[in-house]
Order: sequence, then structure tokens, then C-alpha cells
Amino acid sequence: MGILEVKNVNKRFGGLQALGDVNLSIEENTVHAIIGPNGAGKSTLLNVLIGKLIPDTGSVMFDGQSVLGRKSYEICQMGISRVFQTPEIFGDLTVLENMMIPIFAKRDGAFQMNAIGATTGEKDVIEQAEHMLESLNMIDKRHFHSAAMSRGDKRRLEIGMCLSQNPRLLLLDEPTAGMARADTNNTIDLLKQIKEERDITIAIIEHDMHVVFSLAERITVLAQGSPLVEDTPDKIKGHPKVREAYLGESA
Amino acid sequence: MLGLNKRDFTLLLIVVALAMLAPFLLNPFPEGSAMAQFNAGYPDLMQKFVIYGIFAIGFNILFGLTGYLSFGHAAFLGVGSYSCVWMFKLLGYNVMPGILLSILTSGIFAYLIGVVSLRRSGIYFSILTLAFAQMSFALAYSVLSNPKFNLTNGETGLQVYSNDPQWLHSADKPDLPHLFGLSMRATHEMQLGAWQFQFNVGYYLCAIIMVLAFYLSIRIFRSPFGMMLRAVKSNNTRMYYTGLNARPYTLAAFVISGMYAGLAGGLLSAVDPLAGAERMQWTASGEVVLMTILGGTGTLIGPVLGSGLIKYFENIFSKINDSVLHSWFSFLPDGMEDFMVTIVHPFVGKGWHLTLGVLFMLIVIFLPGGLVQGGQKIRGLFTGRTEAEQAQADANQSTPAE
Repeated sequence: MGILEVKNVNKRFGGLQALGDVNLSIEENTVHAIIGPNGAGKSTLLNVLIGKLIPDTGSVMFDGQSVLGRKSYEICQMGISRVFQTPEIFGDLTVLENMMIPIFAKRDGAFQMNAIGATTGEKDVIEQAEHMLESLNMIDKRHFHSAAMSRGDKRRLEIGMCLSQNPRLLLLDEPTAGMARADTNNTIDLLKQIKEERDITIAIIEHDMHVVFSLAERITVLAQGSPLVEDTPDKIKGHPKVREAYLGESA
Repeated sequence: MLGLNKRDFTLLLIVVALAMLAPFLLNPFPEGSAMAQFNAGYPDLMQKFVIYGIFAIGFNILFGLTGYLSFGHAAFLGVGSYSCVWMFKLLGYNVMPGILLSILTSGIFAYLIGVVSLRRSGIYFSILTLAFAQMSFALAYSVLSNPKFNLTNGETGLQVYSNDPQWLHSADKPDLPHLFGLSMRATHEMQLGAWQFQFNVGYYLCAIIMVLAFYLSIRIFRSPFGMMLRAVKSNNTRMYYTGLNARPYTLAAFVISGMYAGLAGGLLSAVDPLAGAERMQWTASGEVVLMTILGGTGTLIGPVLGSGLIKYFENIFSKINDSVLHSWFSFLPDGMEDFMVTIVHPFVGKGWHLTLGVLFMLIVIFLPGGLVQGGQKIRGLFTGRTEAEQAQADANQSTPAE
């Protein structure tokens, strides 16, 4: 049993079969990459995994519980964190405040009416947030307005915000899309470091093969809405079906 | 101090000083001088300053923190006013029950409207709140004032009649709004040379409540709850994917700001026991939006400054008529005098809205952060720091360096 079990999932948009009979099992404490050419259904699958889309048939179980039909904040409270293609952070807030919010959410749940106590009095939360920023090498930027930072730093902060909640599953949607090479490498290093330091399952959807092959332990190739093959990176590299899916029949 | 950091406490002290010394500060010109018409230190206007200040402070908790622009806050002001007058009619002229009930009913009212309106955001939310407010206005103006069930007394406005029950009223109490026997209209006049200063009970009651309301808003701004509200404004998607449900946060902010509006409405009735439906009209909702933006959205003191400015214009500029203008320009040759009066005429008296409009445009274009940003610019001229540096310094102070 994997931590995330996708069984017989079908999703149709009008005449388009976006996902057809998807079966996928993500093992606990692995890095599992989902790749595939454009239009293969990667984003649809991701949206199903986080409960944003409800499939026509099939089930998605996280740690024995169904995620279907749940609100996104409930899914997060279950232990699934999501990193977006474009970094989603609280741009109007400082870096430290950005880091404090997920820690509050973890401690107090989806809603807590704490309108009188001062934020500066929450020493524990501040300490945890600063500790997290230290491990990201961002402590000297804690009073920066987060919107003003580079894309790489925003990505770093977003991943840190997710990690501060100790999620069991981290979903990354093209984490290095639109990044400069140096930022991409930094992000890869950060993810490797996370993998070493924590017990965490990482599911990653990515176009950049350099990223996929430096991180993934298992790879699922998606084509035309269905999983084509699932294997280790080494085997995927030379797999004829994969070449065909990416490069067409003639290759 | 009082759970505030040094900067916020200083700001609170400034507001306390402004509120308490207003009768002096707003009357800088000696009685009978040509400039005396610019004096604003009379009870009626000072009461409006602080009451609309409360209204705007509350509005800013919703608009400034969450970014949800309500175009229907006047409905809560109106509900508060009616509630307070009803307490006068039923219980008697003591203002305390009226003020408390106006906070309570407007809170309930805000909850009901908020639950529906907050299902949408952005422009749709604004339109929904506007629709609710206009419905409330129509209800108050006509529907709820029929002979069988007269809740609002329609066009005439709700007021106290001699045959009202007033169960708690006794002969030894004043026959006008009072606070445990102290009449709201009681005014102590102080003559100091050519200056005359007026200290009014109603004003000081409203001023003290405004200071408390301001203090509470600082606490909300600096609390984890306030931080969550800013997070809603900044990025709703990240909010949800951080495991937070934005809906109850915005609803709580909506209800709190509705209660502030109700409190302001109650105080309007407390100083003048007459509640009319026009308080609920959309122009009144628009006015509080202007106040907040003029002063500085999302800043602590901005709404207070904005409401003061608008009420000053409304009451002082509107009083400048042609004969006043002629006396100003009388030093000019006749032709020039008439010319100048013609030029200035559209901007004063009934045309005060025009001046306000021009001012509003100038502020929005050159000072998007409102009067507060203007203040920062002036401070920057003296300290030689840019606004960005000041904002940085402020951020450093608002979280303790450890």
C-alpha cells in the first residue's frame, strides 16, 4: 500500500478523455515523478489528487482516507502540501510573516479567532519560523517584502512554508518552470536536502528532464491520459515506449 | 504599553491628545475674525468628526485588511441609528442601552448579509453589498413604515414622541439623550481672550468611544487574526493551500466592521435622537469608502484623518457663499472682484463636492497611500529617508529582533 493510491480514475471534459483508467501508487518516503508530453493529463491528475477536480469514476486515497470532495484546506490539514507552478506566496507580507502563517495554520487549524493577542507575543511561532528560515538560508531576508524577491527565492520560501507544516506528501507542480539555470540547480539541491533530512514523500510533475533524473526514484510516464510505464529512472531513460510518446512514431 | 509596541502606543497617544484637545485645536481663529468661519470647534461638527471616524476605522478593518470593498456599510449605520432610537422610545433617554443594542443588531445584520455576500469576491461582492444596502434603504424608507407595522417611520424619520412608553424614564432625568443623567447637550463654554472654546458632553462621550474603537483596531491589526486577514488580501489560493479557511476570517472581519458602523449609527442617534432612512443610502456607503481611501487604506490612522477631512469640507466649505467670497475679494477692483467670485463660486457653497472631487483625484493620483503617505513624504524630507526605507524600518520595529 502506498501513501497515495489512485484507482481507476477517469475524467472526461466533454468529448475529451483527459484521464483514462489511471492507476497510480506512490510509496511512502520516495520521490515519485510524473512526466509526459503536453496534454498528457498531468495537470488534470494533479488537480484530482488535491481534490480540486472530482473524477467521473475511481478513487483517490491518501493514507486510507478519500480526498475526493474535500476542500483544499481540509486536504492540506490532512498532510498534503502543494507547491505551484508560479510560486504562490503572500506577496504583501514580509518573509517572516509568510513563514508564520502556515505555522499558525498547523497549530490552530483552519480558523482561529485570535484578534486581541499581539503577533509579536507568539514567541514559539516566531522561533519556529526563524528556525525554518535559517535552514533555508533566508534568515537575513526575513523583513523583506516577499513580492520583491527573485523567483528562486520565492520558490524557496514557498517550499519552506509547505515544509514548516511537516506534510507527509509534498506535491510539486513544475517547480523549476521559468527559472534561470542557477535557480533551478538551487531548487534541486534544496529538494535533495529535504529528502535527506526528513521522512517525506514527494510527488513531482516536471517537464525538465534534468530535474526529473536528478531527483526521482520512481517515474510514471503519462500519455494521452493514461499511465504508459512506471519504473526507475534508469529503465525509463531507454524505454522505447517513452521515446515514442515524446518523439512520435518515427523516432 | 497596553499590549502595544512603542510606535503604536505613540500613535494611540497622539489620537488621544487630538480627540481630547479638539475643542482647542479646531478653533484656532479668534471669535469675530474673518477666519472664524474656518473654525470647526463646535459640538455638532466635532461629534461628526469622531463618529464618522469610528465608521471609517471599522470599514478599514474590512477593506484595508481583507481588500473586500463593501458598498453597503451605510446599512449598518442605519440599523444602528434605528436601534438606538428604539431604545429611547421604549426604555428612556439613557444612551447606554441604545448604543449597546445598536452594536448588537448591526452585528446580527452584518452576519446575515455577510454570509450571503461573501460567497463572492471582488466586484461581485461589492455589488451584492450595494444591493443589500439599497434593499435596506427601501425597506426603511417605505416598506417598514406602514400604519400596521411602523418600525422606521419612513420619510419623517424615527423619533421619540411624548406618548412613547419610556419605561425607565423618570421626572428627574433630562428629557433629551443623557448618560446616567448627564445631558448629551450639556456644554461648558470657556472664554479665553478673543477665543471661545466649547466642551460638550456628547462630543466627549463619542471621543472616548472613538479612542477605545481605535485602540481595539490597533490590537486587531497587530494580532494573528489581523495577519490572516492581510493574507486573505494578499493571496487567497495560498491561504487555502496552507490549510486555512478564508471564509470565516472574512466573515468575522465583515461582522466586526459592521458592528463598528452600528456603533457609529447609535452614536449619531445618541447626540441627535432622530434616525432617517437617508443614512442608509448608497451615497453614505460611498462616503466611507472615500474617507478610507483619502486617509490611507490599510493604515491605522488614515481613516480617522480621511473622515475628518471630508466632514470638514462638507460643513465648512459648504458654508462659503457669494457674500463671503465678495468680502474676501473686496480688495480687488470691481471687475476683478466679480471675476474672481465667478471663478471660485462653483467650488464652494453647494459646490463643495467639486472641490472634494478634485482633491480626491489629486490624492489618488499623486498619493495612492492617502494622507498617511503624504505625511510620510513630509517626514522623509526632514529625516532624509525614502518611503521604502521608512517602511523597512517600520517592519523591523513591528517584529522584535531576536
